[in-house]
Amino acid sequence: MERPLTKNIRPDGKPLFIKEYESLGGYQSVKKALKMQPKEITELVKKSNLKGRGGAGFNTGLKWSFVPMEGQFEHKYLVANGDEMEPGTFKDRLLIEGDPHQLIEGMIVTACAIQADEGYIFIRGEYTEAAEIVKKALAEAYEAGYLGKNILKSGFNFNLHLHTSVGRYICGEETALLNSLEGKRANPRAKPPFPQVSGLFGQPTIVNNIETLCNIPHIINNGAEWFNGLSLTPGDGGTKIFGASGKVKRPGLWELPFGVTLRELLEEHAGGMRDGLKFKGCLPGGASTDFLVEQHLDIRMDYASVAAAGSRLGTGTMIVLDDKTCPVGMVLNLEHFFAQESCGFCTPCREGLPWTEKILQKIENGKGEMKDLDLLQFHTKFMGPGNTFCALAPGAMAPLQSALKYFREDFELHIKEHKCSWK
Amino acid sequence: MLTAEEIHEIQEEFHLYPYKQAACIEALKVVQNHRRWVSDENVKDLAALLEMSVEEIDSVATFYNLIYRQPVGKYVILLCDSVSCYIMGFEAVLAHLEKSLGIKYGETTKDGRFTMLPVPCLGTCDHAPAMMVGKDLFRDLTPEKIDEILNKYE
Ligand SMILES: Cc1cc2nc3c(=O)[nH]c(=O)nc-3n(C[C@H](O)[C@H](O)[C@H](O)COP(=O)(O)O)c2cc1C
Ligand code: SF4
Ligand code: FES
Repeated sequence: MERPLTKNIRPDGKPLFIKEYESLGGYQSVKKALKMQPKEITELVKKSNLKGRGGAGFNTGLKWSFVPMEGQFEHKYLVANGDEMEPGTFKDRLLIEGDPHQLIEGMIVTACAIQADEGYIFIRGEYTEAAEIVKKALAEAYEAGYLGKNILKSGFNFNLHLHTSVGRYICGEETALLNSLEGKRANPRAKPPFPQVSGLFGQPTIVNNIETLCNIPHIINNGAEWFNGLSLTPGDGGTKIFGASGKVKRPGLWELPFGVTLRELLEEHAGGMRDGLKFKGCLPGGASTDFLVEQHLDIRMDYASVAAAGSRLGTGTMIVLDDKTCPVGMVLNLEHFFAQESCGFCTPCREGLPWTEKILQKIENGKGEMKDLDLLQFHTKFMGPGNTFCALAPGAMAPLQSALKYFREDFELHIKEHKCSWK
Repeated sequence: MLTAEEIHEIQEEFHLYPYKQAACIEALKVVQNHRRWVSDENVKDLAALLEMSVEEIDSVATFYNLIYRQPVGKYVILLCDSVSCYIMGFEAVLAHLEKSLGIKYGETTKDGRFTMLPVPCLGTCDHAPAMMVGKDLFRDLTPEKIDEILNKYE
C-alpha cells in the first residue's frame, strides 16, 4: 500500500531537511509545474478528485478554478491553514514537523496553478516546534532557489512567509483567518465575495489545509489516475491521514486509503479498546462531527459514507468514547470549548452556546430536569446550519444532537439519579 | 514607552504588509516577547506608532487568548482541557498542578515563576493529557510526572 504523504516521515518524527528531501526525489514536481500551463495544473488536480482535508471536503482543483486568471492584480495570495485547533485533531502537526519541504513544495506548485506571488503558512501559536522547523525549511528553500524571484530561472516569483498565530479556534475558519492575517480580530467575513475573488487585502486568495497542500506534489509527479487509484472509494482521490485518540490501545495516526472501515481503524490500527473497556461511540472527524456508535462500525471512511451515516468525515481523526467515561461530561467538555471559542459576532452562537453549556453543567451536576433535554434539542435546531454567520455553531451542535439521540438514557439517568453515576 | 529595540522590530514588520495597521498582531507579539505581557501603557504607545485608536488595538489584543493583557509569570503553563485530554484524565493533572503550585487557572505563583491557564486542544491528542510550559510541550502526563517537569524551570 502506498503512503505518499508519510513515506518520508521518520518513525521518531524528526524533520527531514532539504538535502535528504531532495535525495528522496523532493522538488521534482516544482520543475514539472513550472513548465506546465496554470490551467493544466488546476485541471489535473480537479481530475485527481483531491478534496479539501480541512473538514469541508470541497474539490481542490475546482476551488482553484474560481481564481480569476485574466486581469491585473496587485497580488494573488496562497495561504496554508495550519491552525489545527479542532479538538481531537493532530494530523497537520505531523506533516509540518515531519516533512516541512513537502508542504513548501505543494505550495509552490499551487502558486503556479493560481499564479500567486505571495504566500503565508499560518500556524497556531502553540506549535512552537513546527514554527522553528518551517522557518528553517523556508530559509533552505530560498537558498536553493525554489522560492523568491525567478524560481529555477523560470521567471516565476513566489514569496512564502511564516505567520504564527496567537490563539482562538475561529482563526481556522478561512475568512476569519484572513482577517487575522490582516492584523484584525478573527471574525468571519460574509460570503460572497469568496476569498478566491476577494480575499487577503481584497486580492484573489486561496486558503488550503496543510494536508491538502501536501498531496499536490504527488499528484503532479504521478498523475490523476494514480491518485484516484490510491483510494478504495471512487470519487475520493488519494489517501487520508486517519487518527484515533481516547482509551484505545494504540492511539495515533495512520495514512490509509479512503474507504477503510471504521472497524478496521479502531480494531486493527488503534488496537481496539483498552482492556476492560467497551466502545461506546466516536466522533469520527474531530469535535464538530456527529457521534457514530456500534451500529456504524462497518461503514467506510469516505465523505459520502460517513455523511450517509449522519456524521462527517471532518478531519478524519476520531475521538473514541468508552463505556467508563461519562457521555454527558464529554459533551459538556465539547460545548465548553465551543462556547469559549465563539467569536461573539452573531447572537445565536454567542448567547446560545454558553446557555447550552450551562444546561449541560446543570445535568452533569445532578440538578437537571427532563425539560432541559427539550431545551437542548431546541438549541440544536436554533444553532443548526443556516442560522448562524459561520459553521462554528452548527459544528458545536453536531456532537450534542447525536449524543441526545444515541445516549439519551445516559442524560436521563443523570436527571433521575440526581448525580453523575460515572464519577 | 516602547524601547528603541521594540520599535525597530515592529517597523521591520511593516514592509511585509500593504499598510502598517495590518502589523497590529505582530506588534503586540513583539511587545509581549520583550515584556511577557502587554500593559495599558503599551497599548497606548502602540496606538501612536500604528496610527490606530487605543480601542482598536485593545479590541485586537483582548480577542486573542495568547496575548496577555495582565502580568504573567516567567513561564506560562498552558494545560489542555479539551476532549481527548478530558477522556484521558487531565483533571487529575490539574488537581496536582493546583496543589503543587498553590494556584488556580489565571493565577501566578508568589515567586513569579508560573502562571497557569487552560488552553484548547494542543494537537497531540494521541499523547493526552498534554500541557505546555513556556515553549515546551509535555505529553502523556500523569500527576507523578508533574513535579519533575516543574523542577526544570528556574
Ligand atoms: C470554526 C472553524 C474552524 C476551522 N479550523 C480549520 C483548521 O484549523 N484548519 C483547516 O485547514 N481548516 C479549518 N476550517 C475549515 C476552513 O474554513 C477551510 O474550509 C479550509 O481551510 C479550506 O481548506 P481545504 O479546502 O484544503 O480543506 C475551519 C472551519 C471552521 C468553521
Ligand atoms: S457562528 Fe459563532 S463563531 Fe461563527 S460568526 Fe457567529 S458568533 Fe462567530
Ligand atoms: S485534546 Fe488535549 S491535546 Fe488534543
